[in-house]
Amino acid sequence: MNIFYHLGRFLTLLGTGFTRPENFRMYWKETMRQMDDIGVGSVVIVALIAIFMGAVAALQFAYQLSGQLIPLYYIGYIVRDLAIIESAPTITCLVLAGKVGSNMAAEIGGMRQKEHIDAMEIMGVNTASYLIIPKLIAAFVVIPLLVTIAASVAMVGGYLAVVPTGYLTDSDYTRGLTAFFDEYNIFIMYVKSATFAVILTSVSCYQGYFVTGGSVELGKASTNAVVISNILILLSDYLIAVLLTGY
Amino acid sequence: MIRAENIKKSFGDAEVLKGISHTFETGKCNLIIGRSGAGKTVMLKILVGLFQPTSGKVWYDDTAVSTLSKKEIRSIRMQVGMLFQGSALFDSMTVEENIRFPLDMFTNMTAKEKMMRVNNCLERVQLEGVNGKYPSETSGGMQKRIGIARSIVMEPKYLFCDEPNSGLDPKTALLIDELIADITYENNITTVINTHDMNSVMGIGDNIALLHQGKLVWNGNKSEVMESKDQLLQEFIFASPFLQRLRDAAVGK
Repeated sequence: MNIFYHLGRFLTLLGTGFTRPENFRMYWKETMRQMDDIGVGSVVIVALIAIFMGAVAALQFAYQLSGQLIPLYYIGYIVRDLAIIESAPTITCLVLAGKVGSNMAAEIGGMRQKEHIDAMEIMGVNTASYLIIPKLIAAFVVIPLLVTIAASVAMVGGYLAVVPTGYLTDSDYTRGLTAFFDEYNIFIMYVKSATFAVILTSVSCYQGYFVTGGSVELGKASTNAVVISNILILLSDYLIAVLLTGY
Repeated sequence: MIRAENIKKSFGDAEVLKGISHTFETGKCNLIIGRSGAGKTVMLKILVGLFQPTSGKVWYDDTAVSTLSKKEIRSIRMQVGMLFQGSALFDSMTVEENIRFPLDMFTNMTAKEKMMRVNNCLERVQLEGVNGKYPSETSGGMQKRIGIARSIVMEPKYLFCDEPNSGLDPKTALLIDELIADITYENNITTVINTHDMNSVMGIGDNIALLHQGKLVWNGNKSEVMESKDQLLQEFIFASPFLQRLRDAAVGK
């Protein structure tokens, strides 16, 4: 019952948001601001996580492949495909749900509590549109770019973990990176990152938009934004994997 | 003119407004007064369209706004200004950007025209030269005045003020009252003020509605307050011993 209530309210909110903007220039400006917040503001943390993600993956596969008959250049191949198909989109978006999603919920929730949303409504602004749609568009554009950076940096991280340490030669790692490449995996990565972007943004905005009460409720909304986004990201990760790989 | 027609509002089982009918007149400061919990804020939010009444209608001149769709209400709201209790200024914007926000959103004015309009509004509230400051860099009284400037920048026909004097010292509170009254008379707009400040009642109360437990129990103007024998009004207005002594002295007791 409660789930249906929230689902209905969530869809109504998004439905109200998807209308013709009052002023395209203002929406464009807000979208650019959000792109800067989400993209530039997250690139360092995303790169930092990705470099370790790639490094740890390379080391652990090196450990698992040692003494096996599998060629060592497979390490580069596994790091690449793991980053592209799974770790870059999923881990990046789980991190962004914590960083960007909680921030969105807190920002919109704070505006609700300080009557900024009421003030905009009274001016005639469609707040469901002005406060949510620029964030959705910005996340839809910027998060796949962040995921691309994360996948690239993860491969660099893998290189740094196994090549300078002498476990693998530069040419072996590079050979692995270019072996058995399937462009379809890139498509999967972008489908995942765009879907996760929409999930984390819309869920976080919804949590913030309907905040009532004081700082305790705002904190709960922010936590709910992260927890629910993470659960939905993992669930949709599985569904996309089933749908796009055909297994 | 704004007319409330038998407004009822319930939250769950609690009936907050129990059939209020009242006319808020053009060119006058219309005050809604009452003790905390009397239903003033709910009434104001219904008048401004933030809440839908459970039953009853709100008319802005000849338009019944409580039956309009959200889209239609938004077009009416271009004619509405509101000063919030906490001013509701956008923290991330400067004073100028705050005031200019409705102009940016809804008009095709040039940058120069907008700047002139913003400066005129700031001049009107006696706050010239604060354009580049952020709300956090201004005092509570200044924030109220910036809030007034923002609420009048679109030259509204209807102005709503929620507790405009709360948290202000008496002198600044008087200044805010005078400002709201001057704007109302000069522009001949319908102003509705939600307050429990007695200075406001006696200073700018052209049309006062006293709410008590969700009902309209008294209606009149500031000069009728002193003469009224209404028990609830007397208890509300002269709640403090100091004011009681003043009243007794005035009527020669």
